[in-house]
This record gives sequence, structure tokens and C-alpha cells, in this order.
Amino acid sequence: MLWIFLLVVAVAVAWFIASYNGLVSLRNQATNGWKQIDVQLKRRHDLIPNLVETVRGAMKFEQNTLTQVIEARNKAIAAQGVAEKATQENVLTGALKQLFALVENYPDLKSNQNVGKLQEELVSTENRIGFARQFYNDIATKFNTALQVFPTNMVAGMFSFKEAELFEITDSAERSVPKVDLNIK
Amino acid sequence: MNIYEQALSNRRATWAVSSVFVVLFLFIGFGFDYMYGAGPSVPIFTIGALILGIVSAYSSYEYGDRFILSSTHAQPLDLEDPAQKQWQNVVEEMSIAAGIPLPKTFVIEDQDPNAFATGKDPQHSSLVVTKGLLQVLDRDEQQAVAAHEMSHIRNFDIRVMLMLSVLVGAVALISDWARRGIFRGSRRSGSRRQGQGNAALLLLAVWLVTIILAPLLSQLLAMCVSRKREYLADASGAELTRHPLALARALEKIDSRNEPTRSIHQGTAHLCIADPKGRPLNAKQGWVADVLATHPPINRRIEALKQMAYVS
Repeated sequence: MLWIFLLVVAVAVAWFIASYNGLVSLRNQATNGWKQIDVQLKRRHDLIPNLVETVRGAMKFEQNTLTQVIEARNKAIAAQGVAEKATQENVLTGALKQLFALVENYPDLKSNQNVGKLQEELVSTENRIGFARQFYNDIATKFNTALQVFPTNMVAGMFSFKEAELFEITDSAERSVPKVDLNIK
Repeated sequence: MNIYEQALSNRRATWAVSSVFVVLFLFIGFGFDYMYGAGPSVPIFTIGALILGIVSAYSSYEYGDRFILSSTHAQPLDLEDPAQKQWQNVVEEMSIAAGIPLPKTFVIEDQDPNAFATGKDPQHSSLVVTKGLLQVLDRDEQQAVAAHEMSHIRNFDIRVMLMLSVLVGAVALISDWARRGIFRGSRRSGSRRQGQGNAALLLLAVWLVTIILAPLLSQLLAMCVSRKREYLADASGAELTRHPLALARALEKIDSRNEPTRSIHQGTAHLCIADPKGRPLNAKQGWVADVLATHPPINRRIEALKQMAYVS
């Protein structure tokens, strides 16, 4: 009888350790995924001054838009906290879109190799940000599921693991402008 | 089966493939000792074959990717070229989406659109495209192809395929030697064999058949292993881009340019996204095609992708 009891205890302890370690590993992956988004945002901030310098000469009549882009970038860099960061990044996305729409009106710019290169870099950066968010959401969902399902939720409750926030698009009119919803869960 | 189970089963498959080949080498060496060796006390050929088998299995694991890259004349990307820079960006984007380290990128001077990935694990992987692919496909389609290859890398398909392609080559080589040895070999062993029973003769017959069939069997194995993996890589690639139709379009374009990819040889055919030989066999259905093709019929793959996008 004693042996059976000890065996059950051993299995329970092993399960407990495995679940705890599994949760920690998932949480770290989610944190890392979050950092990756920051890395890509920084890449975007670094690219913008280059872009503006390249187009400035040809776009004499659009100084206003250029100033807006630079201002939006500086605000995005200065932003503190997840919610404000998300808002400022979205403003920046909008300003960049406007800039590229204007570039279409300048045939010299459109055929300029440097502008083409920068445009490709920015398209790529936008994609990277998108994919980094997607990766983060996938990992965070996995982590949240692990927190909620029985019986891992008991381990999670014991060590008060907190659920990861997901990136979400809340307003359907702003589908093209992703935002962070901090109110969920 | 999801990508994590696939990764696990691929690690096991690597061991299985390596063991099969080592045993095969052992068997071939054993036969040589039996026929030409200096008797059971000094099994030179068996030991030689065993060492050769283990060394080639290990070196294909460790250096096989370099071997494949140099045999296809793959060059590092030229980032000054806008098309290649764009591809580099696409690959970086997909490595972010897949959450794996950035693979090394290479390009082949070939007009036929094709791509393959190789390496021993996601930390040591290479992604190769032909120039034709960069010309024919637009950005979205390139992204789909990159995602397909990322899935091969992420679930360790590349490791199994790498072992297979180098070992298939090694088996072809050794059985070629063996055949030459048998048919040209000295007759001194003839007298020693006399007087032994039917069992020995039977063993000899099995040995001969093995040597003759080994290259064929190892190729069949490689084909079978690769075919099953394409659907999964298509599906998990589409999961990364969330855009299955782009991959369907890419496959259609690759298929319509049905010339052979000349720089990719037989041994690496099963690595590619579409059969580099442009063989009509891969388009057919039925058991012959099921056994002999390296890739599933491309229209079936397109069909599956369209179903994912609810347009079929």
C-alpha cells in the first residue's frame, strides 16, 4: 500500500514540476515575442529620417506632410506605456501612408532608385511588425490557453501567472490601423 | 499532425534513416568479406563498410548542406540587386513569423522558378531560390514560397531530407563499386565457397539482389519521405502568411513554367518546392505516380490550398 501511495505522490510531483516549467517556458516565449515587436518598431523609426531626407528635395510643396511624418515618429519614440505606444505607432502608420500616396504624384521620385529601395524597406518593416504581432499573438494565445485549461490552471493559480494581452483590432472602421485593446480580460 | 509532432517524428525518422543505411552498408561489406575476404577472423570489408556508413551518415548530418549548396552552384545573395534585396526582406519577414533564426540565403542562376531549404536544424539552415522564381513571382507569392520553406525548416524536414539525399548518393556509389567488384572480381573465392550448403547460396543471392536494388530502394525511400511532407509544409506555410491563395498562385505559376531546373540534380530533387525535373509523372494520379513521384500532384496541392481559403 505504501509503495502505491509513494508512486502516486511521485507522479503528482513530476506532473507539477512539468506543468510549472511548461508555463514558465511559454511565458518567456511570449515576453520574447513582445520584445521582437519592439525591435521591428525601432527599425521603422530608424528608417524614417532617411526616407524623409531622400524625398525632401523633390517634394518642396509637401513640407507639411513631411513634418507630420517626422513629428509622428518622434512622438512614437517618446511614447510611454503600451496603450500610448500603440496609438502613436498607428498615427505614424497613417502619416506614412499619406506620404506614399503623395509620392505617386511625383514621377521623378517614383522612378528614383533610392526611393524605391526605401519604399521596399518600409513595406518590409510594416510586414515585419505585422508578423511579429502575429507571432506574439499565437504564443500568447497558447500561454493563455495553458493558464485556463484544467488541471494546469491550478498550478497557474498557485503562482499567480497573469494572462498575456493580445493585440486586437477593436473598431472595424480602423481595420487597417491595429490597436492594442487593454480592456480585454 | 501539427508542426510540433512532425518535428518530433522527424528527429526519430533521422535516426531510422541513418540506421537503415548503416545496416545496408554493413550488409554489403559482409558479403564482400564472404566472397573475397581473408576469412571470418579478419572481416576487413565489414569493418570498412561499417566505418564508411557511420562516417558518411555523420558527415551528411554535419556538412551535407554545404555539399548540396556547392553541387547546385548556389551563390550568396547580391543585396545591391533590388529583386534579391526584396527576397532577403521576404525571408526575414517569414523568419519573424515562424519564430526561427534567419536562414542563410542563396540564389541559383537558373531561369526555371524553384526553391529549396536545407540544413541540419533551424539554427543551421539555408534557403535557396532560382533567379527565375524571383522574376516570375510577385511579393505575396514569394512570401508564400518562403513560408513553405520555413515550415520545412521549422519542423526538421530539412534534416531528414539532408540525410536522405547525401546517403542516397553514398549508396549509389558503394553499390556501383560492389557491382564492379562482383563482375570483374577474382575467382579465388570460388573454391572456398564450394561444399557449403544451400543456406549460404541463398544468402549470397539476397546479397546480390540487395546490391543491385539498393540505389533504387534508397531513391524510392527518399521520394516517399518527401511526398508526404509537402502537404504539411503547404498547410503550415499558409498558416504563417494567413494567405493560402498566394501559395496556390505561386504553385500555378511554377507549374506553368514546366521546364526542368537544370542546376538541380537528381539527388536534391526531393528538397524542392516543385519537382525540378518537370516530370509529367508528378502530375498523374494512381499508384505508379504514388510510388515514383517526389512530389504530390501540384493540382491536388492547389486544390487543398483553395479549400483552406474557402474558394473551392
